[in-house]
This record gives sequence, structure tokens and C-alpha cells, in this order.
Amino acid sequence: MTIDPAPATAPTDLPTTVGGEPATRGGPAPVSTSSRATRILGALSLVGIAVLVVFGLFITPPDAELGETIRILYMHVPTVSAAYVAFIVTAVGSVAYLWKRSEFWDLVAASSAEIGVLFFALTIFNGMLWGRITWGVFWRWEPRLTTTTVLFLTYLGYLAVRRIPASVRTRATVSAVIGILAVVNIPITHKAVDWWRGLHQEKTIFGTVDPEMQGTQLFTAYLGLTVFLLLFAWLLIHRFRLAWLTERAEERGLDAAIAARRAEGAEEVAP
Amino acid sequence: MLRDALLVARKDLRLEWRSRVGVGQVLPFALLCVLLFAFALDVDRGVLQQATAGLFWVVVLFAAVLVVQRAFAVEADDGVLDALRLSGLSPASVYLGKVAAITVELLALELVLWLAVAVLYDTTLRGWGLLVVTAVLATLGAAAAGATYGVVGLRLRGAETLLPLLLLPLLAPVLIGATRASDVALGRSAGPGWPWAALLGIFSGVYLLLGSLLFRPLMEDL
Repeated sequence: MTIDPAPATAPTDLPTTVGGEPATRGGPAPVSTSSRATRILGALSLVGIAVLVVFGLFITPPDAELGETIRILYMHVPTVSAAYVAFIVTAVGSVAYLWKRSEFWDLVAASSAEIGVLFFALTIFNGMLWGRITWGVFWRWEPRLTTTTVLFLTYLGYLAVRRIPASVRTRATVSAVIGILAVVNIPITHKAVDWWRGLHQEKTIFGTVDPEMQGTQLFTAYLGLTVFLLLFAWLLIHRFRLAWLTERAEERGLDAAIAARRAEGAEEVAP
Repeated sequence: MLRDALLVARKDLRLEWRSRVGVGQVLPFALLCVLLFAFALDVDRGVLQQATAGLFWVVVLFAAVLVVQRAFAVEADDGVLDALRLSGLSPASVYLGKVAAITVELLALELVLWLAVAVLYDTTLRGWGLLVVTAVLATLGAAAAGATYGVVGLRLRGAETLLPLLLLPLLAPVLIGATRASDVALGRSAGPGWPWAALLGIFSGVYLLLGSLLFRPLMEDL
């Protein structure tokens, strides 16, 4: 991805194309946020998910220790990993925004956080399903699940800040600061929750790829990771492009309103 | 820089001393929480005694939200923040001054609150060394993270209601660490207490550093 030096101009890889024609400001609005690259990426992730379903649910044998519940982990581990990648991207975008002050990085951070929250919600959900089967209850104060939930709420705060009406610059600065503070909190919360639950006495398999996995199990675990990272990249590009176009649409709406008002004024003066 | 920070802290504490908001509003609220917990939990089964440290720190975090809000509300009117920027103080020293003032106010509140808890929850205060170190580090951490978010609420309309959502999840490690360390100090749970104090120290250090660095863009762009 390219760094955008001037906030008002579109980065070169932006999807402002309509049937191959670049849509300039004031030109026709783009009809879609997809491009050849994202179509390939999207196709790969969707096919990957289908293959993952076949492997995860049918081809792999049940685990010696976890039984059939291991099939949930083929999705659980990838969703949580993709979420962490998303939050790291948000942090990188936040730092880059404070450094470069470009709209590009602000929107990358925002888009990534939104997808991260989605993946975290999925992680908590499939973690609870796993818990229901394994422990008989939806919720137990399992360290990983607890950490995930605290961080989920942290990032809900980030998204809430972005929805407060404010000038573009204020919103971007404030959310960049929060994006940085939140990511630094991830390892601290991890450590604190682990100690809190006395992890050193307990063996958790939950939330990590078991080092003893072999054969198709290991393959499926890595396939899941790859597929969900592709899915993340696909969603991120689309979400970013949508955010970018939303900003442009708002600018254009304001321009149009000013033009309309001027025209009105001219009419009043003319006769 | 430290001298400037001290100036800001003294200004804030003097304001606080004269306006009596902390003594008149935040402290009664904290004491009210102590009562509410007693109503919510069975007082005859020793639940309060067992949970003393946890309840205490929950109250402190709630109070911290109010104190942080107050610390920046005094800057909101009459363009005081702009005046502060024009005064030539570096953002980092304004930040450190704010943190210092919030820490002092919260520590004073904790002192009263411990006495109240000791009487009302029938708790014998002991393990003073660990208890005091825990209180200082946890409060410093809460103030360091809180001051960064406090300035956010200053000119974002609607952010006042958002402050608890932003601040409290971030302070989850502080709550865990402070509760555990206090439990050990009070003799409620076995096990080492100092590693928890170290965790609190790391938290405070990290957020003090981040806050000093990030306060400049926050002050300039709001």
C-alpha cells in the first residue's frame, strides 16, 4: 500500500474506477469497491473457507484429547489470530497517522479496528460454544476468553469514539491515541489475566495451536490461519475503500450544498 | 519540565481545595458505593470481608473516572486550555502535572476509604508496606491512563459518557493487580504479593511514558 502524502488526493491503488475509467473528483461515483486484485483475494478466501470446512468437519480425525470439539478450534484460533493482526494494523495506522498526518492511515486504522472487533466477537462466540460442550457451561473464567472479552470492550470504545461527531482532524488524532494505548494494553492484560487465573498451574490447550498436532490436523490448523488472514485482508481493503469513498461523498455533499446556496443567492440578486 | 509539572499540579490542587468538589461530591459517592455493596451482598455471611480488597478497588476506579472528568472540566470553560497552551508549558509537563494532581486527590480519597472499609466491613488493616506501595502504584497507573483520556473528553461532545467505557477496560490489569496485592497484604490470600506490585509499576511506567508522548498531539489538535 502506498503512503498518501496529501490527504485530499486519492492514493494510487484506490478503487475509484467505473468500468475501468478512473473516476476523478466530481466525476461519476464509483459503483463498487472491488478491483481485480480484491476479486482474486475474495475468491481465494471463499474457496479457502469451503476447503477448511471440508477438512475441519470431515477429513480430519477427532482429537485424542479434545475429541470432536477440536473442530471448533480450527476456526477459533484463526479468528482470534486475525483479530490480533487487525489490532496491530490499527496501531501501525495510528502511529503512522500521528507521524504523517494522512487521512489514508487514519482510515486504515479505523477499518482494521472494525474488522478486529468483528473477529473478536466471533472468537468469543465460538469460544463459548466450545465451553458449552467441554465444560457444560457457556462461560468459565478461562484466561484467554476473559482477556479477549476485556479487549473486545476496549476496542468497542475505540469504535464509539470514531462515531462522535467532530472535525476530521480531532477525530483522527483522538482515535490514533486510543489505538496506541489499547494495543499496548494487550500484553499487560494478557499477563495480568494469566496470573489472575493462576495459569502456571493449569494446562490450557484452548487458544493455541497444539504443538503435538500432526498430519491433517496440523495442515487444517495452518489452512485455517491462512484462510482467515486472507479473509481479513479482503475485508480490510473493501472496508478501507468504503471509508475513503464515504469521506469523499461527505465532501462532495458539502460542496454541492454550498453551490446550491450560491445559486440561490445569485437568483435573489439577479432580478 | 518537572518544575512546570509541579506548577500545574499545585494549581489543580489549589482549585480542588477551594472548590471542594472532591470532598463534597466524589468522596461521598465513594462512601455511598461502600454502603451499596453492603446492601447488595449478604452482610452476615462474610462476603464483604472476603471481597473487601476487590470492592475497595472497584470503588476507587469509579471515583477515578469522576476525578479525571473533574480535572479536565476545570480547563474546559473560558478557553483555559488555549491559555494553557499559550503559557509556554510543554504538553508533557501539563500532562505530568495533571497526573500528579489526580494521584494526590485519589490517594487522599483512598485513605478515607480504607478507614471506612476497616470500620464498616470489619477489616483489620495490615501488611502496610505492600498496601501503601500498591496504593501508590495503582493510583499512579489509573491517573496516568486517565489523564490521557480525560483530555479526549474535553472538546469532543458526548465523550463524557464515553470516558468510563474507554478507561475502565484499560484499567482491568490495575484492578486485578491492586486487588491481588491488597488481598495478600491483608492476609486474605496466600502467595507472593510483590509481583503484583511490580505489574502495577510496569503499567504505571508504560502509561506515564505514552501519556507524556501523546499529550502533545492531543492538546494541539483539540
